[in-house]
Amino acid sequence: MDEHGFLFSAFVFLAAAVVVVPIAKRSGLGSVLGYLIAGVAIGPFGLTLITNPEDILHFAEFGVVMMLFLIGLELEPRMLWRMRKPIAGLGGLQVAVTTGILCTIGLAAGLAWQTSLAVGMALALSSTAIALQTLNEKNLMGTGGGRSAFSVLLFQDIAVIPMLALLPLLAIPALAAAGGGDGHAEGALAGLPGWLRALVVLGSVVAIILAGRFLIRPVMGFIAASRIREIFTAFALFLVIGIALLMQVIGLSPALGTFLAGVVLADSEYRHQLETDIEPFKGLLLGLFFISVGMSIDFDVAAAAPVIVTALVLGLMAVKFVILTGLGRAFGLPLSQIMLFACVLAQGGEFAFVLFQFAVTEGAIPAPTAALLTVVVALSMALTPIVILLHDKVIQPRLGRRQQADDMDPIEDGGHPVIIGGYGRVGQVIARLLNAHGIGTTLLDHDPDQIDMTRRYGSKSFYGDVMRLDLLRAAGVERARMFVVAIDDEEQAVELTQLLKEHFPHLTVMARARNRPHAYALMKAGADIYRRETFLSAVDMGEAALRHLGFGAYRARRAARRFARHDIDTLIDSFDIYEDEKALMSFSRARVDDLEQVMVQDAGQFHDDHEDSGFDGGHPDGKKTD
Amino acid sequence: MTGVLILFAHPNLERSRVNRTMRDAVAGLEQVTVHDLYDAYPDFDIDVAAEQARAEAHHSLVFHHPFYWYSCPAILKEWMDLVLTHGWAYGQDGTALSGKQLMSAVSTGGSVRAYAEGGSTRHTITQFLAPFDQTANLCGMNWQEPFVFHGTHDTNNEAIEQHAVAYRARIEALRDAGAT
Ligand SMILES: Cc1cc2nc3c(=O)[nH]c(=O)nc-3n(C[C@H](O)[C@H](O)[C@H](O)COP(=O)(O)O)c2cc1C
Repeated sequence: MDEHGFLFSAFVFLAAAVVVVPIAKRSGLGSVLGYLIAGVAIGPFGLTLITNPEDILHFAEFGVVMMLFLIGLELEPRMLWRMRKPIAGLGGLQVAVTTGILCTIGLAAGLAWQTSLAVGMALALSSTAIALQTLNEKNLMGTGGGRSAFSVLLFQDIAVIPMLALLPLLAIPALAAAGGGDGHAEGALAGLPGWLRALVVLGSVVAIILAGRFLIRPVMGFIAASRIREIFTAFALFLVIGIALLMQVIGLSPALGTFLAGVVLADSEYRHQLETDIEPFKGLLLGLFFISVGMSIDFDVAAAAPVIVTALVLGLMAVKFVILTGLGRAFGLPLSQIMLFACVLAQGGEFAFVLFQFAVTEGAIPAPTAALLTVVVALSMALTPIVILLHDKVIQPRLGRRQQADDMDPIEDGGHPVIIGGYGRVGQVIARLLNAHGIGTTLLDHDPDQIDMTRRYGSKSFYGDVMRLDLLRAAGVERARMFVVAIDDEEQAVELTQLLKEHFPHLTVMARARNRPHAYALMKAGADIYRRETFLSAVDMGEAALRHLGFGAYRARRAARRFARHDIDTLIDSFDIYEDEKALMSFSRARVDDLEQVMVQDAGQFHDDHEDSGFDGGHPDGKKTD
Repeated sequence: MTGVLILFAHPNLERSRVNRTMRDAVAGLEQVTVHDLYDAYPDFDIDVAAEQARAEAHHSLVFHHPFYWYSCPAILKEWMDLVLTHGWAYGQDGTALSGKQLMSAVSTGGSVRAYAEGGSTRHTITQFLAPFDQTANLCGMNWQEPFVFHGTHDTNNEAIEQHAVAYRARIEALRDAGAT
């Protein structure tokens, strides 16, 4: 494994992920737990295929770095402002109270006050990676609990800056000497006194903000203008890695630096481009990160002091859980949301690793204590998916339907004949057309922004997870005549159609299809009406091309219409074939196949029939007489 | 009020010999508007308000089309059905068109003989055009002598050219008559 180290490791990682994660996801454990299990399986305490988890963890932390960059990109200053209350209030209290209580516990256990405070701060933080991944995967980001959790995570991410700045001030002289001996290889500020380092840290934060505003944007403009796609991707990576390196040099968290850069760039015109470029890297690296967390759980430390470790893990999670529940209650969350909120955040986070490391080099925490606590944090992270599972399978059902209705907007009479699920570009147009003719529509979306906007214009719109039966009922599905499935996600659209047909057979379901295979899937799911979203506009463009090439307007229109009709007919005809052969294919794979078939059908369909023979001038009256 | 509005209806202009040549002959004439209905409304979605305004702005209207099934191509009928509304074109206050001229300019596949008294079509062109004549009457318009080209299948370019020149003169006459 020396010569081929990198490829071999990559192979093992990918194999583990490919085998374990889908199984975990299928069996309801969620992808995070899948990755963690895969990590344990290949790590030093499993098959020992990989023996240097620390190195990999180091590399994989980049996934977190990228995730924070993306989170930063999502957070326009405007949105941050709107969330200021939950962020500062809920988040601030969570960090302050948790730090305080954990610090007190530390003191009671006989730790130095500096160490207690450092440990308290580090453990107050939760795992952004796990919590957000879980919320996203379960489509819970839009719920009250989900948004509260996000606010808290955000405050924690911000709180890391002052914490890092504070750590040098917490140095215990004796430890600092020892720590300084080994850990300062990469910190360029080693020799500086604590207050000066705090200053440098703050100064570099300001520098990033200024650079983001005045330097990076023009450079991106220049690069984007070159129109070389991969160079923009390269620049996006360069930017993230560059900031991370810079942060490392001055001894700050790279994640934080990129997060800041993300926020600064959030309202720039390149935001979406950056997002799409970084996203795939993030996904893979984040998976790698979870794997390496799984691998780096030091079962030796745990085995040496099993009782202490168990007690610490459970204690930490219990303390955090209780504090979170109290805060949720104080902030008026409904019970079911409090549970989600508390379960998703009751663990230590990846920032704790960073803080521990830093605290050891600074001499605020003794190295053995840090090692023990690192294991505790890793285990608490690994337990989180299981806690979430418990939450889903045991806690939530117990709470019953009464509370479930709380976390979505109350829908009063909801007596509109048409309900539109997914209020994006497609849903909007449909709603406007219907409204223009006096037909009321009830709109559902899981994106609070979307809903906020429509509300400002007086629409009846609500947010919540459209896949939930209780929300659907509350929205008045039972009395509606038609449901328009206009959500973005292909798979979900199919599931929703199925759900609606199964529970509300009286309802006419109209679905927006992405492409032919998706249309098949929707048909099969029972959609009464479906339309392929880009089909007609593509036909329209074809018609415009015909016009441009000399066809008369009327002839071009008829050609386009006829083509569209033909295409729709073959779509329906080939449904049966599709059913047998392609059911198991992914939509995109099936699409290529399908296109081939469609083109064969098209050939010879139009060229001998491209004229209206009725208009061909061959009228009997002209030829027959005379 | 400007001159002549030619409502032109030919669904298959690419194949047209007679009517396209005629159209080209009047295109660009001062105070003459050629309005191609199939071009403007390929899906028959006629903009009634715009059509009425356009008609009001001219003192003469011409229905220019090939003869299809002893009548006009569908879009011109659609135009009549939608644009000639009660209260605008006819009825108590429907005086928007009154006093204007209306002329049909048509081409037939059938020959002069076929459309002659006792010919194979059994009716003369005047008889066939009765609905247009009466429409003009109902709307208070002055029905003009139709401008007809017979035997389109059995003709040559020269005859068509001559017909087009004559058409141009006829339109100019219509325009100038209305101006005084
Ligand atoms: C659908 C259709 C119906 C027609 N009906 C008649 C008709 O009823 N009587 C007639 O004389 N010619 C009829 N014709 C022949 C057209 O009038 C003739 O082709 C046209 O006037 C030629 O003009 P163009 O060269 O501008 O197309 C018909 C042609 C078509 C395509």
